[in-house]
Amino acid sequence: MADYHWPPAEKRSLIGKSFNRLDGPVKSSGRAKYAYDVNRPGLLCGKMVFSPHAHAKVKSIDTNAAEKMPGVRAVLVMFEPGKEVRWAGQEIVALAAETEEQARDAARAVKIEYEVLPHLVSDTTPDKAGTGRTEAGSEAKEGDPEGAMKAAEVTIEGTYGAGVITHCCLESHGQATEWEGENLTMWASTQNVTGVADGMSKALSIPASNVRILTPYMGGGFGSKFGADPWGPACAQLSKKAGRPVKMMLERDQELMEAGARPSIYAKVKAGAKKDGTLVAWDSESWGTSGPQSGGNPPVPYVMRAPNRRTKHTAVLTNIGPGRAWRAPNHPQSCVITMSALDDLAAAIPMDPLDFFLKNIEFTGERGKYYHEELLKAAEMIEWKKKWHPRGTRTEGHIQHGLGLSIHTWGGGGHQSNANCTIHPDGSVEITIASQDLGTGTRTIIALVAGETFGLPLSAITVNIGDSHYPPSGASGGSTTVGGVSSSTRRAATNALNELFAKVAPALNAKPEDLEAVAGKVRVASDPGRAITWSQACAKLGATPISAAGQRRIAPPEDLISSGVGGAQMAEVSVDTETGVVRIEQMVAAQDCGLVLNTKTAESQVFGALIMGVTYALYEEKLMDEQTGRCLNADMEFYKLAGLADIGKFRVHMMTGPGYDERGVIGLGEPPVVSPGAAISNAVANAIGVRVPTIPITPAKVLAALEGAPAAGRA
Amino acid sequence: MSDEHDNRPLDGGGPPAGSAEPEDGADAKGFSRRAFLKGAGVTVSAGAIITEGLLGAASATPKPTVAGPGPVPITLKINGKAVPLEVEPRVTLLDALRDHLDITGAKKVCDRAVCGSCTVLLNGKAAYACAVLAIDAQNYEITTIEGLAAEGQLSPVSAAFVEHDAQQCGFCTPGFVVAVTAFLKRHPKPTYEEVTGGLGGNLCRCGTYMGVREATLDAAKRLSAGRA
Repeated sequence: MADYHWPPAEKRSLIGKSFNRLDGPVKSSGRAKYAYDVNRPGLLCGKMVFSPHAHAKVKSIDTNAAEKMPGVRAVLVMFEPGKEVRWAGQEIVALAAETEEQARDAARAVKIEYEVLPHLVSDTTPDKAGTGRTEAGSEAKEGDPEGAMKAAEVTIEGTYGAGVITHCCLESHGQATEWEGENLTMWASTQNVTGVADGMSKALSIPASNVRILTPYMGGGFGSKFGADPWGPACAQLSKKAGRPVKMMLERDQELMEAGARPSIYAKVKAGAKKDGTLVAWDSESWGTSGPQSGGNPPVPYVMRAPNRRTKHTAVLTNIGPGRAWRAPNHPQSCVITMSALDDLAAAIPMDPLDFFLKNIEFTGERGKYYHEELLKAAEMIEWKKKWHPRGTRTEGHIQHGLGLSIHTWGGGGHQSNANCTIHPDGSVEITIASQDLGTGTRTIIALVAGETFGLPLSAITVNIGDSHYPPSGASGGSTTVGGVSSSTRRAATNALNELFAKVAPALNAKPEDLEAVAGKVRVASDPGRAITWSQACAKLGATPISAAGQRRIAPPEDLISSGVGGAQMAEVSVDTETGVVRIEQMVAAQDCGLVLNTKTAESQVFGALIMGVTYALYEEKLMDEQTGRCLNADMEFYKLAGLADIGKFRVHMMTGPGYDERGVIGLGEPPVVSPGAAISNAVANAIGVRVPTIPITPAKVLAALEGAPAAGRA
Repeated sequence: MSDEHDNRPLDGGGPPAGSAEPEDGADAKGFSRRAFLKGAGVTVSAGAIITEGLLGAASATPKPTVAGPGPVPITLKINGKAVPLEVEPRVTLLDALRDHLDITGAKKVCDRAVCGSCTVLLNGKAAYACAVLAIDAQNYEITTIEGLAAEGQLSPVSAAFVEHDAQQCGFCTPGFVVAVTAFLKRHPKPTYEEVTGGLGGNLCRCGTYMGVREATLDAAKRLSAGRA
């Protein structure tokens, strides 16, 4: 049985160090070709016509005029007349023309008749929905919430929540498709080359072996790019009809209207504690919308599980467009609800929230030890004890400062993954996996694990990913990729290395199991002087490379990887009480994720999550017009992302070393994006003395909270 | 901070409508950058500039002709080379580059002069290629990300982006690299604050601003060392 364990700390040559991402040069020089950049000979431009109505029955579709427009080569009706569209932006017709301008002209010539039906796009109260517009979610009770709440010495009540936001991937959803006979090649912007191949095969009723998905680079997904989507098969059908390759990328408005939304979640919360700060009771009724379907039950109360609790959730079914998984689905919203309420409870006692969280850390369960260490680390980084002041103690002038904190969790166990490792007689090494690099650094991780195994630098490893014809690997969602590919790569590389050892052992007058590959050499472990170089060792393969497979299966558990992380974040803000503008002064993050492979890209994930967190905490929201049912800000002027001047100073501390490394590799992409909303909301409350109940914390909401009134229009 | 931003229209003959609008002091508060009224102001001033540019071109051309609506032959000076092509007058410089010439480093994201992913240099100044018509770009030296270094090589700015991990998915990265390149021409020794205020014309979704800030400061050092 081969030994796949990660090497002990003193024997690691690459793991845990900082490396530049391997695809950095090709990306930063503009040479990386994304799906959006594909230009094939004879390429046509695809466009979709979408419903302007949030809820309507499609009565008729007339494409005659469009088909006769200059340059039009194929038209496809995607939506059956008689059926109901359920959001503005739902696609009805696709067409392909010689140029983008001709495709746009033709799209305008498509005539669609609708019978407009009543819509619902407001999610601010659950009862507003009316009959048939809600769906009961989970209802749960533990302990004696009523009794504990009555007995509590301090209680608070409040409404908290987070509005709908979109994914707003900079590379919009879409693909280019090309047929060669019955074989389809698709350049897709996807988080899931393996799964999209399956999806295309099913949608088009063609053998999966005829489909090839290519995603060498992709411009952001965040949970919204897992499937073939309606536009994947439509693009392939246009290609088939026209006998030409077609590229069909969503335009920005359609991207924001329908290609991804994070569900809203709001909750009415009661929470109770003893005067000494012990949390005793939680009661919440939550609701939210994920468009036409339920967005699942939020994990409320989040992380800090009060001993006596009652929770109830209701899904509001609306016409805002379908929700999709958004980086740590339901966690950021649940976090802002829970941590805001607990922060208000601490303020009501009154108690420093840091002390309150530490006192109640047992309610976080088995990871309490990590949270404890992370809270103390973050507090040290931001100088919490020096800077924190009780809520309501305002200083002179209109700029008020405040501190806030939050903790979070995520799973991040590795997905299924198959890797193939080839060692060539010339010494070059390839790792081949049908995975994809979303920008998290997957390519670099794979090379790092192979390099560690072979005692070679990263530059010696060729990584082949982004092609569904490679050995299948899971979708890059749920922070599962790093665990999946590091495990399959380690196994494939170890298996290949053992084959190499068997070939070269005689030359070193040793047994294969006595050999090790270190620092570019194959040598006898007990007698390092007996060594040959990596090239010399590989030359002994003659003309036949070694090809070995490695597989990460979901079960049984293994020790290369595990699941479950924690993190603590703290924010320092300043709030202008005259304008309501919140400014991030600094944020700190202490984050664990087991064994960190590449420190540089790990830190980048946390920095990126903090910045994305600032954006959803302060700026972004998918705003719906109740009159027309349409998205009011389906563009990037009014769908606001934070810019460079909007973020503060950030510091990240990765929790590593003894006590952390033994857990093996765990995913990191999602967890650090969970806490920023809550930490910032709590910091604002600390600064201005009152709670702004929902995020994003806009200036209008700040001013309304200061006046003790709800902001006009929004919850 | 407004006067420190590089992405702005030149006086006469400078980049036309696509030029990015600088931040102003209010941007330090983090929200006014995309304020509606200011947005409207951009449109007006950009319109004025494009008119000026066209008049300038017209006075140098004896017989102005009406172009379009069908494809018209034009010549663009891209990365030092004159490139003839035929496009409809409504085709943007960005679409001409990407769809007609397969120069795809500049990305199409917002398609309305907000996000900066399409940033190119027009006569050395940063401009949004999605908001410049190809026919209007004929009298400019157009530099795309591909023109900053030969294939397989890295410009000092690109190299600094790699070193400081100023990229994740990488879709905003070429635009940022071009914007930083233009910014550093005007600010060879920028302060931290100037970098923060001066690169507000580009947006990133993955959250790479920490790296971008560090890369910009580092690239300034690399460039000044190169000049020394």
